[in-house]
Amino acid sequence: MESFYEVQGNKLIVTLNGELDHHTAKSIRTELDQVVLKKRIENLIFDMSQLRFIDSSGIGLILARYKNILNIGGKVAVVNVSSRVDKIFMMSGLYRVITKYENTSIALKHM
Amino acid sequence: MEYNNYMKVEFESKSHNEAFGRVVVAAFVAQLDPTIEEITDIKTAVSEAVTNAIIHVYENKIGLITIVVVIKGKEIEIDVSDNGKGIENVAKAMEPLYTSKPELERSGIGFTVMETFMDVVKVYSKVGEGTRIRLSKRIEKFDSEVREVK
Repeated sequence: MESFYEVQGNKLIVTLNGELDHHTAKSIRTELDQVVLKKRIENLIFDMSQLRFIDSSGIGLILARYKNILNIGGKVAVVNVSSRVDKIFMMSGLYRVITKYENTSIALKHM
Repeated sequence: MEYNNYMKVEFESKSHNEAFGRVVVAAFVAQLDPTIEEITDIKTAVSEAVTNAIIHVYENKIGLITIVVVIKGKEIEIDVSDNGKGIENVAKAMEPLYTSKPELERSGIGFTVMETFMDVVKVYSKVGEGTRIRLSKRIEKFDSEVREVK
């Protein structure tokens, strides 16, 4: 699974591309944390437009990034969430701590 | 006449096989003509069961995981089994947000996902012998004869 990273100031947009499970989460975690550290990222936006599959391991990855970002006073958002991804986000309680925006430009305005 | 079918697949408990396990089940149940949502539900539940076996049962060792799928009419029964260490307290393992491995960024909602996305989830486990997770779901198949008339 290949992810795309776009840095805008202290904000990072991560486009998750493909299937996010326990196997693919390992490499994304390492890659993502490196970018956050190197570029002094404070706010994180996950773009789900290219995501074809996610399970609880993917939820674990997003929630752990949320905890890290919270520690440095930043925010995490998800955008372009399909109805299939929305179903597991809702049942997992992800939206209690992470805001969903329709698309990246709207999220950027709020963060 | 009621339609019945059966398949069995066995693979090593490597994390690469999480995708293989869910895709092979999805391909098999496709013959019941499920909706995209039903297929996604099944894939997600199978992924949770297989991931559980890889992470919690075999930990850093490699063991075998077996998936058996039985189709009985519109009912699908999926058994995901391992010969691992077993679960001491099944009720505890199934509690929402419980994880034995918080350091691995486990969200602890694997069983909750299975229960939400499938109709019935049953766990049979014996310490030292292994675990079998049974996932059942009814597919609301569009009757093929009705479709032909239309």
